[in-house]
Amino acid sequence: MVAQNIFFGIIAAVVVVSALRMVTTRNIVHAALYLVAVLAGLGALYILLTAEFIATTQVLVYIGAVMVLFLFGIMLTKAPLGNVMKMTGPQWPIAAAVSVLLAGVTVYSLIDHFGSDRLANDGPVFRTAHVSDEVFSTYIVPFEAVSVLLLAALIGAIVLARKD
Amino acid sequence: MLLNQFLILGAFLFAVGVYGVLARRNGVMVLMSIELMLNAVNINLVVFGVQHGVVSGQVFALFVIAVAAAEVGVGLAIVLLLYRNRTSIDVEDFDLMRG
Repeated sequence: MVAQNIFFGIIAAVVVVSALRMVTTRNIVHAALYLVAVLAGLGALYILLTAEFIATTQVLVYIGAVMVLFLFGIMLTKAPLGNVMKMTGPQWPIAAAVSVLLAGVTVYSLIDHFGSDRLANDGPVFRTAHVSDEVFSTYIVPFEAVSVLLLAALIGAIVLARKD
Repeated sequence: MLLNQFLILGAFLFAVGVYGVLARRNGVMVLMSIELMLNAVNINLVVFGVQHGVVSGQVFALFVIAVAAAEVGVGLAIVLLLYRNRTSIDVEDFDLMRG
């Protein structure tokens, strides 16, 4: 238990600092790298929660595919790589107030409702086999729908990004 | 481990994502902040799955990851198209529909 809490503290510190730096840094490539740190930290948290398949998918899909897509987007739009373009709009104080308010309300209601509930650590551990059993039995229809959605998104992206 | 430490981390990440969407001017940065918000939701799904001893939380997180991948693909295509037509990805420049 103590070891889990220590590792949670380390991972959470990395995630929090990286997330804050991601939305405040003036260099967009640095922002993408901070996002990698956040996503990797969340993958580590999934391992801590015994969700091994989600952690693997997080690394494969997010850190692999989505980040490459983002870096291509940064390169293709010739976004200024240095501090040339002002990255934050003049409305940032209002945005900060909104997000602080949102975080305050959410955290207050979480503490109010869940208090010091402990995470159930005697429950079943779901391995990849359990997840795939569930996906291919109970959730087979949503799974097929997601397949069609991915195909539609692929075709839509190609149609949108084509030159002519 | 407390249930709340994961939930509060998720809430914090979501709020940071909201700040990024509202304050950033670069279209690609806005998309990245949306990814942050989707990931914050995934933590909650997995944690509640563990808390209630059901596998559905992990399955839902998988679906969210798949939908997020599709969203990034289409979103970046739209940003690319905007850049091609307006030679800018500054979201403050896109005000054609302002009344």
